[in-house]
Amino acid sequence: MTDAVLFDGVRLEHPGGRVVLSGVDLRIPAGAFVGLLGANGAGKTTLMRAILGLLPPRAGSIALFGRRAARGSNLVGYMPQMRAALSVSLSGRALVSAAVNGRRWGTALPVASRRREVDRVLELVGAEALASRPLDELSGGERQRLLLAQCLIGDPRLLLLDEPLNSLDPSRQAELVALVRRLQREHGITVLFSAHELNPLLGALDQVLYLAGGHAALGSVDSVVTSETLSRLYGAPIEVIRSGGRIFVLPGAPGLERAA
Amino acid sequence: MLSGLFSFGFMINAFLATTAVALVAGPVGYVLVLRQQSFAGHALSHVGFTGATGAVLLGLPPLWGLVGMTLLAGLAMGLLGERLAGRDVAIGLVLALSLGLGLLFLHFFTAYASQATALLFGNVFGVDRPTLLTLAGLGLVTLAGLAAIARPLLFASLQPELAEARGVPVRLVSVLFLGLVALATAGCAQIIGVLLVFTLMVAPAATAQRLSGRLGIGVGMALSAALALLQGWGGLVLAYETDWPASFWITALSGACYGLALLRRPFRSRRRGPDPLPAR
Ligand SMILES: Nc1ncnc2c1ncn2[C@@H]1O[C@H](COP(=O)(O)OP(=O)(O)OP(=O)(O)O)[C@@H](O)[C@H]1O
Ligand SMILES: [Mg+2]
Repeated sequence: MTDAVLFDGVRLEHPGGRVVLSGVDLRIPAGAFVGLLGANGAGKTTLMRAILGLLPPRAGSIALFGRRAARGSNLVGYMPQMRAALSVSLSGRALVSAAVNGRRWGTALPVASRRREVDRVLELVGAEALASRPLDELSGGERQRLLLAQCLIGDPRLLLLDEPLNSLDPSRQAELVALVRRLQREHGITVLFSAHELNPLLGALDQVLYLAGGHAALGSVDSVVTSETLSRLYGAPIEVIRSGGRIFVLPGAPGLERAA
Repeated sequence: MLSGLFSFGFMINAFLATTAVALVAGPVGYVLVLRQQSFAGHALSHVGFTGATGAVLLGLPPLWGLVGMTLLAGLAMGLLGERLAGRDVAIGLVLALSLGLGLLFLHFFTAYASQATALLFGNVFGVDRPTLLTLAGLGLVTLAGLAAIARPLLFASLQPELAEARGVPVRLVSVLFLGLVALATAGCAQIIGVLLVFTLMVAPAATAQRLSGRLGIGVGMALSAALALLQGWGGLVLAYETDWPASFWITALSGACYGLALLRRPFRSRRRGPDPLPAR
């Protein structure tokens, strides 16, 4: 089976010349649930934009399911990091259906095939009831579910979810993770799920992709989220504490008192 | 008492011109409001003032100058993208500068003082046959253009990053759209004047958006067009009855409609999405 995502010696730079990641080699197997972790500015969004073909690598290559990553691929669904937008008085259904064949010129007519596709994705995320309510009346978690539905339009095989847990309370976080996990299992979708916190994802992850100091480390939680690997990645001492089935990543030298 | 309404040629022209303009302003304005660019649309009309007065100075029909300048400015604004289109101060400056320049052009043509009022506040009863034809042609072109880009435009307006990822040429779409806004604005300016373009472009659209949130974008656009049309016609009838300026009545009607729409659903403070990230 081909890998869902294959990075070969990838170097990502922003137009200004700022290097975000370099020398990245990774293989994400098809069907995996991968948590993408890293501090603010570590390059999570940049990595996703590169996979989407919006930021071509300066060096190396990126392939998705054996094909070179290119903009506008139907294989990839994307949920951008939440912006301040979306406080419009428009139904969730209108938002979701805007994405159906959204790149085609012309006017979208209310045809049955379009309605069916919208119904299908709404049902996948259990948002049928939400869809008739105006977006600006929905809670953050409800909106997040609609955005998830929207990125399932067109039946993508790889989902890039950029910090979908932001601003959700712990129980909503768990709900969303479980929902994505179910979609990934039942439909064999590969998921790259970025987050600031590892713990809400722990039960769902197959692998974790850690970004720090311009480098990336991919592997199982047990092999990557260790004091040794993370200290190497950050180039600074990092302490990892496992306690009660949860993991805490703290800056600081191992051996300092573990008061936190 | 309205029986005599259509016995005057200028009255028929006024109704037809208002129809042509309102049917365009409604849907274009709807998208403008959705994209939160209504201030940009407002500025475009002011640039049109410079164009119109400049044309007068050169001995050309003011409508040409109006259309030409708004179109140019619209495309330029689209090309500059977020650097300009989203900046209140830059837009406000362009707006003020345009009015200033227009004033200067008028200064050289003191005989055109009444023309200045017509440009600034509209002169719907002065629409002659050729102007009417131009307005109808402009309207058809604008609507055809909107129909041609509607799907990617709405997608990009609601979810710019997702649309970009899905292969929508976001920048091109936004330039084309501002071009359409420019044409619609020029038409509105002819009816209601450059200072009051907001009234036809933005007020009906914002009202429609409040009323039609659950019904989808297509219904919203149609409602916006219907409101613009009714407010325009209503303004003409009231002007005929009272002999007050039509532009005043149109602004009054559109303001009243928006006010009623506000009442229908109590105003809430707009909730901002969490974690508002600066644009990349
Ligand atoms: N368009 C851009 N031009 C130049 N530099 C950029 C651009 N976008 C991001 N950067 C820089 O690239 C680095 C990575 O940014 P990115 O948005 O990928 O981080 P992130 O991991 O998604 O952060 P966050 O957790 O805050 O979302 C940052 O240092 C940022 O300043
Ligand atoms: Mg990010």
